[in-house]
Amino acid sequence: MAQPPNLNTSPSVSDEIRKTTCYMCACRCGINVHLKDGKVAYIEGNKDHPVNKGVLCAKGSAGIMQVNAPSRLRAPLKRVGPRGSGEFEEISWDEALGIVTERLGKIRKDNPDKLAFFTGRDQSQSFTSFWAQAFGTPNYAAHGGFCSVNMAAAGIYTMGGAFWEFGQPDWDHTKMFMLFGVAEDHDSNPIKMGLGKLKSRGAKVIGVNPIRSGYNAIADEWVGITPGTDGLFITALIHELLRAGKIDLHYLGQYTNAPVLLDSDPKSETYGLFLRDKNDKPLVIDRNTGDLVAFDKKGIRPDLNGEIRKAGISHTTVFHKMAQTYLGAEHAPAAVADRCGISVETIQRIAAELAHVAFEQSISLPIEWTDFRGEKHSEMTGRPVSFHAMRGISAHANGFQTCRALHILQIILGSVEVPGGFRFKPPYPKPPEAHPRPHVASCPDAPLDGPHLGFVHGPEDLALRPDGTPARIDKAFTWENPMSSHGLMHMVISNAHAGDPYKIDTLFMYMANMSWNSSMNTKGVMEMLTDKDENGDYVIPNIIYSDAYSSEMVAFADIVLPDATYLERHDCISLLDRPICEADGAADAIRWPVIEPDRDVRGFQSVLCDLGHRLGLPNFINDDGGAKYKDYADYIVNHERRAGIGPLAGFRGDGDAVGRGDVNPDQLDRYIENGGFFAEHIPKGATYYKPWNVEYQDWAVGMGIYDAPQPYLFQLYVEPMRRFQLAAEGHGERQPPEHLRELVKTSMKPLPVWSDSTNSGAEYPIHALTQRPMAMYHSWGTQNAWLRQIHGRNPLYLPTKIWNEHGFSDGDWARVTSPHGDITVPVAHHAALNENTVWTWNAIGKRKGAWALSNDAQETTKGFLLNHLIHELLPPKGDGLRWANSDPITGQAAWFDLKVKIEKTAPLSETAPNFAPAKSPVERGPKDIAWEVGK
Amino acid sequence: MTDLPNETTRKMGLVIDLDTCVGCHACVVSCKGWNTQNYGVPLSDQDAYGAEPSGTFLNRVHTYEVQPETGAAQTFHFPKSCLHCEDAPCVTVCPTGASYKRSDDGIVLVNEDACIGCGLCAWACPYGARELDQAAGVMKKCTLCVDRIYNENLPEEDRQPACVRTCPAGARHFGDLGDIDSDVSKLVADRGGFDLMPELGTKPVNKYLPPRPKDTGDEIDILAPLLAPVAAEPTGFLRWLDNALDKI
Repeated sequence: MAQPPNLNTSPSVSDEIRKTTCYMCACRCGINVHLKDGKVAYIEGNKDHPVNKGVLCAKGSAGIMQVNAPSRLRAPLKRVGPRGSGEFEEISWDEALGIVTERLGKIRKDNPDKLAFFTGRDQSQSFTSFWAQAFGTPNYAAHGGFCSVNMAAAGIYTMGGAFWEFGQPDWDHTKMFMLFGVAEDHDSNPIKMGLGKLKSRGAKVIGVNPIRSGYNAIADEWVGITPGTDGLFITALIHELLRAGKIDLHYLGQYTNAPVLLDSDPKSETYGLFLRDKNDKPLVIDRNTGDLVAFDKKGIRPDLNGEIRKAGISHTTVFHKMAQTYLGAEHAPAAVADRCGISVETIQRIAAELAHVAFEQSISLPIEWTDFRGEKHSEMTGRPVSFHAMRGISAHANGFQTCRALHILQIILGSVEVPGGFRFKPPYPKPPEAHPRPHVASCPDAPLDGPHLGFVHGPEDLALRPDGTPARIDKAFTWENPMSSHGLMHMVISNAHAGDPYKIDTLFMYMANMSWNSSMNTKGVMEMLTDKDENGDYVIPNIIYSDAYSSEMVAFADIVLPDATYLERHDCISLLDRPICEADGAADAIRWPVIEPDRDVRGFQSVLCDLGHRLGLPNFINDDGGAKYKDYADYIVNHERRAGIGPLAGFRGDGDAVGRGDVNPDQLDRYIENGGFFAEHIPKGATYYKPWNVEYQDWAVGMGIYDAPQPYLFQLYVEPMRRFQLAAEGHGERQPPEHLRELVKTSMKPLPVWSDSTNSGAEYPIHALTQRPMAMYHSWGTQNAWLRQIHGRNPLYLPTKIWNEHGFSDGDWARVTSPHGDITVPVAHHAALNENTVWTWNAIGKRKGAWALSNDAQETTKGFLLNHLIHELLPPKGDGLRWANSDPITGQAAWFDLKVKIEKTAPLSETAPNFAPAKSPVERGPKDIAWEVGK
Repeated sequence: MTDLPNETTRKMGLVIDLDTCVGCHACVVSCKGWNTQNYGVPLSDQDAYGAEPSGTFLNRVHTYEVQPETGAAQTFHFPKSCLHCEDAPCVTVCPTGASYKRSDDGIVLVNEDACIGCGLCAWACPYGARELDQAAGVMKKCTLCVDRIYNENLPEEDRQPACVRTCPAGARHFGDLGDIDSDVSKLVADRGGFDLMPELGTKPVNKYLPPRPKDTGDEIDILAPLLAPVAAEPTGFLRWLDNALDKI
């Protein structure tokens, strides 16, 4: 019998720890990368990091299998077979960049509009947009349009920020938390950490989601809402709270535009616009004096109940308009319960619980502060209810108004930027006026006239050519979707193929799997990418693509520029971009090459620096014509967006300057010494009430977040929307074309009202959704030998009602049909599900030939995409026009408006549709692995 | 047959909170990463990029649905690894002494040098917590990160199992369940922590904290007055508003 061995319980853990930023999803946690013999041995969370504070999710821990994945591209590729075939030859970087430079150089000289440059889930939009601006094309955006622009734009237009990167619940003080439409990510680890805090305190969590998985599984109460009706539910809550007077009148009067006076004469040319003074400041009535005064006058008590006649026109407050709108019987719980799939009693009880916690369990922190009107407060009062929401409510054609409604609910409860409520993270709060407006004026051989994306404030800001046609290939900022702040990436290929509004020469994309899971109508997109004209030339003449991995999109490119993986490159997680701050402080971070690539690959951003030099783009060349930035690291350190403001806020100047400061050549070293990130705390007196808090405003100016204090009011009523409506009603010089007049009138309501966006007709009665699992990020997880064992299959989950109706049993398959197409897939029973909803995991299905998987991988034979059922266009209306399947306000892709019908079928050997394998540009991976390094 | 210690000095183990576990698999992968690189042979994967990949994991998360008699169905996530039983049948069944329970801290381990890969222990474990590594042919199981929890090369705060350190929701706790004053013992007492399948007499050291009751929604009677309308008509609402504004 063996004796217990003498165990060494203190083995050496690693040779070295290098601290950088994760990129296994968009969360951007700090990681400690343990190295042995120069190879990655183990990855764990960085305890000092503001995002994850040491924890790490499944994806992050599996990073080791991503940087050794056989799917990594090895060298630049030039297409030698037909598009889509996957037939390439490896070429040198010089040859690849030579080809790209020649093509792009010609475009820039002739007509820069012919380049469409769109980036996917990258985290360098501040840089890529800077490059595109220097190139001069108006056709640039990132992936926000098909992701969650509704969430971002509705938040910024309403209150100067939204959820996730913009703000977070006050996890330490909130007593009741409602989570709407959150797939199991965004903001992955912080939400789990926050839920853990709430659970340890016994705070109540309510999950509103058609599917009870993940976060909704641990919610104390699950509201299995009918997809697309969240806005209806939320306005019913608003109705109940208003009717009962359970609203924060002080907060509404002081910090929102509820007391602002509106022209309320329907015959007036300015009907629905704010009454303003000669300095353009909105006016309110001071309840102390009865005087009409600017909203920000010191010492006033703005009157929510004000009314005034001026120049023969009557004016009443925004709050009157709200009462008129939301007290109506059509918003009562009884009127909405059936459509929402939530009982009247439940709606009323949740409204009552919100009222109870907000007003009877209010908290106050003994923190003195001074507001923008100069009034001093001895404490900070809090309404400890908080909310979070993401794509589930935003990826509908009514998503913008739904997100707006949720913010209005938070605001009438007085729970935004107060203890226990929702808190902004720097650089937010930031009102829409502090963002750029869209710019599209291009001309040959010159940069664009300003940043591409921004916020419109009326018809004058639309991106239209003098003849009224769209200036951008994606038709962003047009009458079809005026407030499309993130562009419409999902329309680029479709529009470029249709030559609507015009034809392009080159489609240049980065990290965007458009021929697969990142497109609606996947099969159609593959056809568009390979379609030829009458001359036998490709309709989209030239496609350049950059990716680190052998994704499905690679096969459709003419030139592939292989990117480095996240452990092999520089990056900056910048305050100028999508930030990683916390409510208590500003933070930014870097990635740096903790290992060197073992292949002939280059970080894409460094390649753009090189291309910028080769093309002679302003801001990328020195006066002598030499390269301004030798690589991305050089740009990160030396680029200044404004004087003293660069991509990184930390360790500027002599190393101690924060926010503003000279370029510090040692900045990256200082970041590395500090664990790969930088954090600066907000002073205590500035921690809440930020939009109106003098101390916060001053701190933000000092940090370089903005150049002067800019306190503002929350916009319950969004006046720019009313300006678009007025144009549609026939006012002003710029008016919508006739076929869009009615749509603009009905969609651009300045107070959010719900509308049905899922009208596929009675033939398609079932809602169909996808969710992203916590252990996979889009298509990336499948190439990861560990993660694909966790989520290697994605049956279509059916609720009990549908399961029984059709007599399904385990192992069955179904044909699922939408107005656009059908798929045949395996099904499984899921009881904790809205009874009219089916769903599956997002992006588990893969195309044969991609990701270095074998052609019989379960993801290709049993996995599938719902994307085949969703068209980027609405079904033809008989008017010859192409109507986007998008929110008519922002252009957000309406993924979750999908409705289907289901029938039982015989099992197939493979899910349908299935596609012939593309030739893999990389070798297949080893059969078995046992990954141990350093011995 | 291998003997168990009569008693262990400490009973080190995990407390897993089923009310908080969101089923994210962070613990699963962190465990895989640490234990591939550390204690014993690496955790291998077969057909890693092929039709049906399968590999060795020391910790897995299972998801179950429960349909209560009334109300909505519920979803639970259930992480499962070796429970380090006091009466561990996997140890007593071992023909070579490779499986053993440490007398100091109660951790159940496999001495891989002595393991012949016969699989009897996996058969004897009622929890399915052991997996025979297909590449190495030796039995793998949770070590409670015995090479972390005492490891002087790690900062003191990191001397806990990888799964506990990484758990984003804070659903996993580690400590001495033999000490009634330890944080984990108090947590078990406060929250009604329970043994998995106690009827088998294995006396597992690991404990699970039960999910709190869900979907109770029974507060409506108390809260209903909160929603009493302030006025029946819109004009009445504005009168109420006027009065209310005078009071602030």
